[in-house]
Amino acid sequence: MSRKLLTGNSAAAWGARLAKTDYIPAFPITPQTEIIEDLAHWIDTDDMDARLVTFESEHSMITAAGSAASSGVRVFTATSSQGLLYGMEMIYTVAGWRTPFVMVNVSRGLASPITLESDHNDIMAARDSGFLQIHCATCQEITDSILIAYRLAEHKEIRVPVIVNLDGFYLSFTREPVDLADADKAAAFVGEFDPENLQFKGNTPLSQAMAVLGGSPYSYFRYELHLAAQQALSVYDEIADEFAEIFGRRHSMIDGYQMDDAEYVFVMIGSFSTKARDAVDSLRQAGWKVGLLHLRLFRPFPQQKIRTLLSGRRGVAVIDQNISMGMGGVLHCEFATALYGVNNAPLLASYIGGLGGRDISQQEFFEMMSELRHACETGESPPPRLLYSQHELTEMRKLQAIAAAEHAEIKAT
Amino acid sequence: MTSQSPIHFHRMEDMPSTHLLGTGTPMCAGCGGLEALHTMYDILGEKTVFVNAAGCMTLLSVYPFTPFRGGWLYTAMASAPAGAQGVRDAVDILLKKKKLSKEDDMEVVVVTGDGAAYGMGLSATSAAMDRNLNYIYLCYDNEGYGNTGQQYSAATPHAATTSTSKGSHGYPGFKKDLFSIWAAHNPAYVATIIAAEPLDMAKKIEKLQSMKGSRMLISLAPCPTGWDYDPQLSVEIGRLAVQTGIWPLKETIDGKVVHTKIPRQRKAVEEYLELQGRFRHLFHPRRDESGIAEIQLRVDTYWENVT
Repeated sequence: MSRKLLTGNSAAAWGARLAKTDYIPAFPITPQTEIIEDLAHWIDTDDMDARLVTFESEHSMITAAGSAASSGVRVFTATSSQGLLYGMEMIYTVAGWRTPFVMVNVSRGLASPITLESDHNDIMAARDSGFLQIHCATCQEITDSILIAYRLAEHKEIRVPVIVNLDGFYLSFTREPVDLADADKAAAFVGEFDPENLQFKGNTPLSQAMAVLGGSPYSYFRYELHLAAQQALSVYDEIADEFAEIFGRRHSMIDGYQMDDAEYVFVMIGSFSTKARDAVDSLRQAGWKVGLLHLRLFRPFPQQKIRTLLSGRRGVAVIDQNISMGMGGVLHCEFATALYGVNNAPLLASYIGGLGGRDISQQEFFEMMSELRHACETGESPPPRLLYSQHELTEMRKLQAIAAAEHAEIKAT
Repeated sequence: MTSQSPIHFHRMEDMPSTHLLGTGTPMCAGCGGLEALHTMYDILGEKTVFVNAAGCMTLLSVYPFTPFRGGWLYTAMASAPAGAQGVRDAVDILLKKKKLSKEDDMEVVVVTGDGAAYGMGLSATSAAMDRNLNYIYLCYDNEGYGNTGQQYSAATPHAATTSTSKGSHGYPGFKKDLFSIWAAHNPAYVATIIAAEPLDMAKKIEKLQSMKGSRMLISLAPCPTGWDYDPQLSVEIGRLAVQTGIWPLKETIDGKVVHTKIPRQRKAVEEYLELQGRFRHLFHPRRDESGIAEIQLRVDTYWENVT
């Protein structure tokens, strides 16, 4: 084992390298590009025995990832944001092919307006595709999650692709110390890729991804995909246990922080959950019984575990870094679904923030918690809140004033 | 080079007598695309993986049936060549790592209609040629989005009536020259073919089998349902497409375009047009002399430049 200071992107590339990936269909997009640059470099220097092919689009790239995995090799690919959406037809398609491969998504806000910085609307768009989703909060989790993801994807009872998600900029370009597993140990943990029935051979009749006629066979295959995804709930624990035993790091599907006696709980996914940890520490010092529930496995959704962990708490603040237009936070909806009808269900409050790279300040965490406590006292859920400070609004008004002045000037000439 | 390799197909008797593609597919009677696929498959053989884009032929393999004796992979409308790249690369990796024996190697063959080839899939096809992907591409060109009821596409010829150009003058645009677009990429091989001229087609397929790299075929595919004619006329219409000069049979050899069957005494285009309902407005209720002459002129102009 060696300890290196790595960006999230490098940590992702190391995951693919340690998993002994055979094939990497690639396409550059900010903030993901460094991943494929690292991999291309290692292939050039013979540090990796793999083939990297740059496609002309993510749509083609994901098609090739699926077709190569369908032909019997271990595949890794990576994308982000607009790229994920450009390839979305194939995200749904290759999940249905039941091809086990791993894709990293470096989360970035979606157009419009176009931006480079992070939030989770891109990855939420892949929510219903059939890909499993593991969300990372640290660079260490990225490398480790990729190894776990291959085990999960290739498991006999699952056989579906997995997305490992990391936040653009906050993780992709941030250096953190990462313990890199010994190459042989990592290879032994991931194991050889067994293509099972996924392999074309001369003279062997084999059709894949064929059409069906009618709703009955269609429903059958769609249900199968759903059941395979759900199967990952029990399999994930086994794999995470084995990983912890070998490498000494436990990556549970849900991480609880200060949860033992917590009456009030923050719920988050991704790197901003580390900010929530800090807030929990501060609030604990002030004597508040606050905890954090950080969700690592988002698909399949660990509904039962969430019920067990949250029933009996007084209040839960779900912080979404995504926004479903006309509805609100996606995570909030899913937690409400999980907790509906549960005995001693906590009061739920919904917060949306951290869009397009906007920070969530410690002050805001304190404010959310104090609002949640107050709501629990009155017994009434607060209306969903969109985090935005008075200062930001003032600055925005200045930009709008400039835009208006420019517009007036053009009209006058 | 390839042109020196012996040609086995001189006469119709030289054509394979066993037919590989299974029967009972849901293609229409008289489908010119299926006819081309039949001939091609007989020559290429069973060591093939067909990678398909959305179109009529997607219905060849419907769970749990397939007419193929080798592989089949349906992708999506835009990305069949990228799917072929993934299969080819995976097979090459497995061969190199000795996880697949040489006897189990395959030709990877993309099969798409003109909707994918001329439009949505053009970017993926261009990129596959940039990378000199070692594969065969068969475009069955029935000059419209046939599977959805023959709306016009970039492959639709001038004046053809389609379900989105029902007006009295038919489609106002002109058929895109995909052959030249493909040839400009300078891939290993580009050719036009038609099932009604099986010998010409067989020679071309035999030739491309001895090559590596991107080998690109466009087959004009007479389409009874889309072009509105009796299915029994498919072969005759195909032959007339060649004899009138409307569908030039050609190939690229070392980057140069060579015509493989030059109709010395070209028949009048109207012989081809009048058999098809999609051009009926050129003849009924009144003969549209200028419309027919315009089509004839374009064909004549093309051949004037052919030496």
